[in-house]
Amino acid sequence: MKKLMLGNEAVARGLYEAGCSFVSSYPGTPSTEITEAAAKYDEIYAEWAPNEKVALESAFGASLAGHRSFCGMKHVGLNVAADPLFTVSYTGVNAGLVIAVADDAGMHSSQNEQDSRHYAKASKIPMLEPSDSAEAIEFTKRAYEISESFDTPVLLKMCTRVSHSQSIVTPGDRAEVTKTYEKNGAKYIMMPGNAKKRHPIVEERCASLVQFAETDSINRLEDGCDKSVGFVTSSTSYQYVKEVFGDRHPVLKLGMIWPLPEQKIRDLAESVEKLVVVEELDGFIEEHIRCLGIDVVGKDTFSNIGELSQNIVAEKLGGTTETGVKLPDMIPPRPPVMCAGCPHRGLFYTLVKNKITVMGDIGCYTLGAVPPLGALDSTICMGASVSGLHGFNKSNGGATDGKTVAVIGDSTFMHSGITGLVNIAYNNSNSTVIIVDNSITGMTGHQQNPTTGKNLKGDVAAKVDLETLCRAVGINRVRVVDPYDLAECDRVIKEELAADEPSVIISRRPCALLKYVKHSAPLKVDADKCKSCKMCMKIGCPAISMENGKAKIDATLCTGCGVCGQLCKFDALKA
Amino acid sequence: MNSTKNVMIVGVGGQGSLLASKLLGRLLLTKGYDIKVSEVHGMSQRGGSVVTYVRFGDKVYSPIIDRGEADFIVSFELLEAARYTEYLKPDGRIVTNTQQINPMPVITGAAEYPADLDRKMKDAGINIDAFDALSLAEKAGSSKAVNLVLLGKLSRYFDFPVEDWMEAIEQSVPEKFLEMNKCAFLLGRDA
Repeated sequence: MKKLMLGNEAVARGLYEAGCSFVSSYPGTPSTEITEAAAKYDEIYAEWAPNEKVALESAFGASLAGHRSFCGMKHVGLNVAADPLFTVSYTGVNAGLVIAVADDAGMHSSQNEQDSRHYAKASKIPMLEPSDSAEAIEFTKRAYEISESFDTPVLLKMCTRVSHSQSIVTPGDRAEVTKTYEKNGAKYIMMPGNAKKRHPIVEERCASLVQFAETDSINRLEDGCDKSVGFVTSSTSYQYVKEVFGDRHPVLKLGMIWPLPEQKIRDLAESVEKLVVVEELDGFIEEHIRCLGIDVVGKDTFSNIGELSQNIVAEKLGGTTETGVKLPDMIPPRPPVMCAGCPHRGLFYTLVKNKITVMGDIGCYTLGAVPPLGALDSTICMGASVSGLHGFNKSNGGATDGKTVAVIGDSTFMHSGITGLVNIAYNNSNSTVIIVDNSITGMTGHQQNPTTGKNLKGDVAAKVDLETLCRAVGINRVRVVDPYDLAECDRVIKEELAADEPSVIISRRPCALLKYVKHSAPLKVDADKCKSCKMCMKIGCPAISMENGKAKIDATLCTGCGVCGQLCKFDALKA
Repeated sequence: MNSTKNVMIVGVGGQGSLLASKLLGRLLLTKGYDIKVSEVHGMSQRGGSVVTYVRFGDKVYSPIIDRGEADFIVSFELLEAARYTEYLKPDGRIVTNTQQINPMPVITGAAEYPADLDRKMKDAGINIDAFDALSLAEKAGSSKAVNLVLLGKLSRYFDFPVEDWMEAIEQSVPEKFLEMNKCAFLLGRDA
């Protein structure tokens, strides 16, 4: 039966149909829903791992044990998983192993715009790239066939527009696949003597995969009568080309974008007057074609920055597009903000008030960077706040110890903050790390993590005790504060920054959006007492605004957290 | 160059635009169309500007709607309607709630919320239905039913019988909110 299905849900459907029985991932937009959807199939064991490296290594273990396995992540997650990636390329698999990586061209929810296709080439692992949900199911299943017949992990490359678009699919049945494990050290123990013998096998595999790319229908030529132009494209770029040109020009639609076919491209190039590559971000396919000595239109015409669209494709190739009316008014932007009642707000206000330098990290609390709080000084990647703080303080020879902190979320701390904290303790920088523990992985849409006491399926799980963990790595000063209590926050932060040894402050309160969190009555403004001083506006709460010179609280948004009330010197904000 | 119809659903993160696109997609599926529905998750949910694209026709390729392509823009908030006017076809139509939600730059005083946006859009020659969907939703029983009120209004421009919309509502909302949502839809349809 036909169904509308999200691209990520379609990957999960493909996992189900392919007989995959083990999924281990770390959440990251736009990849998260693959694993959430996979967890809904009883036949699939699915889990959130603490980070992508652990997830991929776990999926490798399941493959070795003889079970088709999977690991999903966003583009930057593959950087974390790159260490095992390059070596599972050498070992190959027992049962099929598929790794999905979702790129975020346009950076809707990411810190960079890296093009994951380079990883396929660098690690010598084939990469498939679906262009809609039906292909997401089909390619996931094909990925397992390729994985087992070529003895290789297979990368499945998604992007925001394929991951987060629903299109029509026809779901099929599940086929169970299992292999038996046999000890084979020459294949699976990658020490130099063995790895030297595996590398030539990897190179032979690449050559066989090129032959596969030449002949398999996953790379298909769609003919067109107008040979003035021929296109080579894949993924969502293929959809934009077809949207603009329909069936007019020949299109080589690549379903496998590494390794690339040579003859198929040569044949198309010879049959058309001009060859055009349409691809998002880097000129990855284009470089390959240029290496073949074929002249091609590519990044000389299309930008390697941001997403493409049908209008961009049309305009870059000489077409015209019509746009609607633009109002002359300046339309103010509407950036994402920390929610009303967000527990991070009180903490950030305290840091800003004390003029503290803040090394930030990846999560909802990155929004502490935006006005009016403007609380952050840097954000790089998962865990970088903690290790960055160490380098900042250590290199300053103690001069910044008392006025610099790291802010990192509970899930991000488990992902890759712990090792940074070990470094602070071991190499003794007098640093203060603040773990903003809101008891959930917030930004990606409320996933459980090792500190929440629940697993992906919602069952009770072992719970990491952050206080004990921090003490165990050698931090003697570990404090817990309630970020709704501004006076306490202020006192504890000052004390820990003044202390003459490393410390951790756990700012603990569950995310205000969690269903089990009970909100207090919304605050009201006593207009007679309000002196229009705008102190309450300094915390950037979306529930507070000024109307006719007086503070106004939107009762539908206010959660009654009371932080604004603590700022009012005139007692004008009351429950 | 093709017969694809384009509906953009825009609003502020958390206003319920995902249910509107889900319901519309479900209805269109029963009509035998090819469909693509695209949304952006993650950062944009935190009170930011959110956009969902619904495209349907004989064969739909692109998952997104580009400038000048929207047959309809359904907007949950007035400023968001004004933000996307460039996406409207010359003969397209905006169906918008007149509710105003200040974005953070307006709250902090860094920017102003432009006045009379509904009139300005009308004066610019845009076909627009601007009405207080929030009050109608509250009349139906919940401020959260703005999405159904707006869909009700949009349904006037489609040839599908009202029973088909009702069926799609039944498949999309939980039993206990069904009557309230149906009521909101009909209030919007008659607005």
